Amino acid sequence: MIKDQDQKIVSLDALREGDRPEFAKLVEEYSPMIYRLGLKMLNNPQDAEDILQETFIKAYKHIGKFDGRSSISTWLYRIATNEALMSLRKKRPDMISFDVPSINESEPQEPMQIVDWCCLPEEEFLSSEGRLRLDEAAERLPESLRIVFVLRDIEGLSTRETADVLDISEMAVKTRLSRARLRLREDLSTYFGKLVEKG
Amino acid sequence: MHKHEDCRKLLDSLSGYHDGEIPQELCDEIEQHMKDCDNCRIVVDTLGKTISLYQTTSEEITVPDDVRQRLFHRLDLDEFLNL
Repeated sequence: MIKDQDQKIVSLDALREGDRPEFAKLVEEYSPMIYRLGLKMLNNPQDAEDILQETFIKAYKHIGKFDGRSSISTWLYRIATNEALMSLRKKRPDMISFDVPSINESEPQEPMQIVDWCCLPEEEFLSSEGRLRLDEAAERLPESLRIVFVLRDIEGLSTRETADVLDISEMAVKTRLSRARLRLREDLSTYFGKLVEKG
Repeated sequence: MHKHEDCRKLLDSLSGYHDGEIPQELCDEIEQHMKDCDNCRIVVDTLGKTISLYQTTSEEITVPDDVRQRLFHRLDLDEFLNL
């Protein structure tokens, strides 16, 4: 899990003054988390690279307006999230608005797959097939659930930080995270459960 | 399991239980319930495993060298690439 970075890594004053070496430090420090977010949201390396570039181009352009109320990583996550959601909308113009959970998303879900697959050997999970199933399951999540899962469980942001990035309530973060986790569990149980049954 | 009231309660609190964000009393209740309910224990365990699998595989992701180079170039930061 990747924790929020220490704000002291880069000098905000230097960044605001347009200090190039300081901006290079910012890019070096924070590009892994932005690239990972792009990859997990779009599931495509080229799209992740585009989001990475656009995020830092926008950050450079708007650093003067950054008021420092949130951490710089939260601010960068916000830019990257907007880029990722815009990219998804371009690919799928019929996408449901991020702010309004779909009917399915707000419905309570009950587990249907009850197979204990935790006992499988670790290599089954980390095989190329296992990894592919993980990516596919994440891609099947509605975007509004996927981004919450990525920020909370992959990037390790707190509920408060996630709410700040997405400009939604903490309760909405908790609800969406719970839905996302249950859906992923259900989806993975279909695949890994079959492996258990095969023996 | 779905009609059982305790199972329903567990499901509603599952995510918070995993994060340790629910009151101790409810936590104790859930743990007691899982002793008698295999299905709920399986759901709790597989949910935890699901989250940990995504975390493990995501930690391995790094920015490939060519992507980093193009990023620095696009930002006109080539001179800082090897610092």
